[in-house]
Amino acid sequence: MLEFDVQWTRQDFELALKFRSEARALALFGPSGCGKTTSLLAIAGLRRPQAGRIVLDGRVLFDSTAGVDVPAVARHLGVVFQDGRLFPHLSVRDNLLYGRRAQNAAHGIAFDTAVQLLELDKLLARRPQHLSGGEARRVAIGRALLCDPVALLLDEPLTGLHREARAQVLDYLRRLRGELDLPIVLVSHQPDEVAALAKEVVRLDDGRLAEQLDVSAFAARYATA
Amino acid sequence: MAGLTPAEWDALGLALRIASVAVIVALPFALALGLALSRGNFRGKSILEALLTLPLIVPPVVTGYTLLGLFGKHGFLGQALATIGISITFRWTGAAVAAAVMAFPLLVLSTRAAFDGVDRRLEAAAETLGAGRWRRFVSITLPLSLRGVLAGIVLGFARAFGEFGATISFVGNIPGQTRTLSIAIWELLNQPGGEDAVQRLVWVSLAVALASSFAVGLLRGRAAPVEDAPDA
Repeated sequence: MLEFDVQWTRQDFELALKFRSEARALALFGPSGCGKTTSLLAIAGLRRPQAGRIVLDGRVLFDSTAGVDVPAVARHLGVVFQDGRLFPHLSVRDNLLYGRRAQNAAHGIAFDTAVQLLELDKLLARRPQHLSGGEARRVAIGRALLCDPVALLLDEPLTGLHREARAQVLDYLRRLRGELDLPIVLVSHQPDEVAALAKEVVRLDDGRLAEQLDVSAFAARYATA
Repeated sequence: MAGLTPAEWDALGLALRIASVAVIVALPFALALGLALSRGNFRGKSILEALLTLPLIVPPVVTGYTLLGLFGKHGFLGQALATIGISITFRWTGAAVAAAVMAFPLLVLSTRAAFDGVDRRLEAAAETLGAGRWRRFVSITLPLSLRGVLAGIVLGFARAFGEFGATISFVGNIPGQTRTLSIAIWELLNQPGGEDAVQRLVWVSLAVALASSFAVGLLRGRAAPVEDAPDA
C-alpha cells in the first residue's frame, strides 16, 4: 500500500526513512520529534523531501529522480491534523462540505452517511469555536472523509483529548476502519492508540527506521492497555 | 454641511468620487501585491517593498510631476492612451490616478499585514481538501483577513480623499474636473474673504478623516487573531 523512501533535512534534524508496507492500516510510531509528522506531511504533499520516492496504493506521489511531485491539492488524501485546523469562520456543515465543494465531488462517502457515522447531526449549525475537543476532532475526521480521499492520514488523532473523548473518538475511528475500505496511515506516540487502530507499525527513532513490525508483536511489546 | 455652496458641494462630491474610483481601481492590484508579499518568497522582494513605499516618502509634488511625465502628451503611457482616444491629464480621471498612486502603499501594506495574520496552516488544510489557489484565497484567506483588508480600504480612501500635492501638480485645479476638497481649500486660502468657506470645508475634511480613523480603529480593534479549533 505504501512505499516510502524520503530524505529531508532541516537545520539540526535529518529524516532518512525507508520502508514498504502492504498493510491497509499502518502506524508511524515513535517519540515526539522523531519525524513522524514530517513523514505524514510529506505523504500529504505539504512538505517536500529533498530526495526520495513516495508511492501510495500504486500511485506515485513523489519521485525526485523522475521529477514527480503531485501537488497536495491533487493528492486526494484525507488529512486529519493534530491541531484540527477547522475553518473558524465556517459552520460545521460548511467545514464538512468544504472538500466536496472544492472538488465538485459527488461520489465517495455520502454526507448523511458521514454525519451519521460520526454522530455530527446535532453539531452542523455550530462554529468550530463552540465545539468540545472531541467534537472538533470528529468534525475534522468527517471533513477529511468527505473530500472523497483515496486514503486517510491521521496525525495524532487522539492527542490533547481527555480520557472520555479519547475513547469516543477511538471508537469512531475503529468504526470507520471497519465500515470503509480506506487505507489509513496513522501517526502516534501512544502505544494503545496504535495497537487499537493499526495492522502494522513502523517505529521511528530520530528520523530513522528503528523497526517494522506486526501489530500483535507491537502490542505485546509496547501497549499497556 | 447644509451651508455649503454649490461649488463646495461640487468639490466634496468630486473628492468622494475620485477617492472611490481610486480605491476601486487600485484594490485588485493591492490585494494581489499584498498577497504576493505576504506569501511569496521571490527575488527582488525587498526591492519591490522599497519601491512600494516611495509614494509615502517622495514629496507628493514630485510624484505628480512624474505622473505628468508618464501620462502627459509626450509620456509613453500618455501616448499609449492617446492611441485609444483617452487623455487623463487635467481631468478627474487623472486626479483618480494620482489619488490611487498615493493610496496604493497604504492599501498594500494594510492588506499584506491582514494576510500575514491568517493562519497558514488553515490554507494548507484547504489545500489537502482539494482547494486550488484561487479558491483558498476566496474561501479562507480573504474572509479571515476581511477586517484588516477593510481597514486598509478605509485608510486608502481617506488618503485618496485628502490628496493634494500629486493631484495639483499632475492635473491642476479645474473646477468640476480636478478641484477636489483639498484643492478648493487651498484655492480659497489664496482668495481674500475666503475664510468662512475655508472653515466650512476644513470641518468637512476633518469629519471625513475622523470617521475614517474611527472606522479603522473599530475594524482593527475587533480583528481578533485567528484561532484554530480548540484541541481539548
